[in-house]
Amino acid sequence: MLTVNSIKNGIVIDHIKAGLGIKIFKILELDKINSAVCLLMNVESKKLGKKDIIKIENVVDIDFTILGIIDPNITINVIKDEVIVEKKKLKLPEKVENILRCKNPRCVTSIEKYIDQVFYLVDSKKGEYRCMYCDEIYALSEV
Amino acid sequence: MLKGRHLLDPMDFTVEEIEEILNLGEKISKNPEKFSRSCQGKILATLFYEPSTRTRFSFEAAMLKLGGQVIGFSEPNSSSVAKGESIADTIRTIACYADIAVIRHPKEGAPRVAAMYSKIPVINAGDGGHQHPTQTLTDLLTIKSLKGRLSNLSIGLCGDLKFGRTVHSLIKAMSRYKDNKFLLISPKELRVPEYIKKEVLEKNNIEFLEVERIEDVIEKLDILYMTRVQRERFFNEEEYLRLKDSYILDNAKLKNAKEDMIILHPLPRVNEIAVEVDKDKRAKYFEQAKYGMFVRMALIMKLLGVEEC
Repeated sequence: MLTVNSIKNGIVIDHIKAGLGIKIFKILELDKINSAVCLLMNVESKKLGKKDIIKIENVVDIDFTILGIIDPNITINVIKDEVIVEKKKLKLPEKVENILRCKNPRCVTSIEKYIDQVFYLVDSKKGEYRCMYCDEIYALSEV
Repeated sequence: MLKGRHLLDPMDFTVEEIEEILNLGEKISKNPEKFSRSCQGKILATLFYEPSTRTRFSFEAAMLKLGGQVIGFSEPNSSSVAKGESIADTIRTIACYADIAVIRHPKEGAPRVAAMYSKIPVINAGDGGHQHPTQTLTDLLTIKSLKGRLSNLSIGLCGDLKFGRTVHSLIKAMSRYKDNKFLLISPKELRVPEYIKKEVLEKNNIEFLEVERIEDVIEKLDILYMTRVQRERFFNEEEYLRLKDSYILDNAKLKNAKEDMIILHPLPRVNEIAVEVDKDKRAKYFEQAKYGMFVRMALIMKLLGVEEC
């Protein structure tokens, strides 16, 4: 079995649904930070069966709000001296850019490909977002 | 301050800002000649990516009446759009020549894209089935001028209330004023969408009633706003035959209406208002088209920040 040492100081993004780790890695642009980063894929999990984990050495300033869109079950642990000092709870972001795509064929985003896809949160309980251009409302699972 | 702003959605402006435009619109309607040089030296660009006679003529007439000039295209094939130019590039180029732009586009949200790249005010003149804010301003100025108020009115909306964007915008706009109630007259298949009922009417505690026939409520109305019911919107022929005449306004149906009720319609009309009604003093839909021009004159002046002269 592959083992990766625990980190002394840093951030662990845990309980990522298997397969989404690489997506999160790209969205957070972890290839551009200077710290050591480890992406673990298909790790055995009691809760999920299989999961992905990302470990980032040293606490870096990253905006994790976007992860709520991808998988609200993700947990983010801040580690100091090998102890979890903070568990960040994920909330759905108020504004999402270029993650969701509008599916309305009448929306201007269907023809003007250079513009940013922008969505605003309308209902956090239902996880509904509204396209900034055509006002079409989607549940997260739809987009 | 309205100078330099865009108008993309009827709710972009506050009640006070709309009041400012309507007050100027009313002033213009009483003495249009006084404003005949207000926009001298200014150019309005009309970017019509889909055909429209009424709205385009109304905007062009508005600018010409203000002493300004108009450039633009009335269908995209006669412009560089046919070569595949983006909205962003078109508006940035147009902004070099014109002081204000009006855009109609079949795609929803296109005017917002134009506004994002524009240095000059952009007015949405209709984007697909989405928004048509200057029609809403037209309706508001017509009601204010003819009824003397925008509050404490019983407003009957009749016809296709499900797909009609003018109806949705009017409900939203009139819901911002006190003590208005809505009588929503439509076949059950074409009722106002749930989100309008929940987010606008119920949320703001506004009284409304849904009925199927004009005759059931006509005596209560201060305003009757007609729209067209299309045959293809019905789910079955039987239902269409049962109800089709309910949505055609004629003199017989007007029998019990108040003497000072006004009949409005965003036009074009097909057959939903019988021609005989045109002679009734309560028929105000052609006057409404004139108010459309006055309110556009007021809007252009406010967005350009020009003084009355």
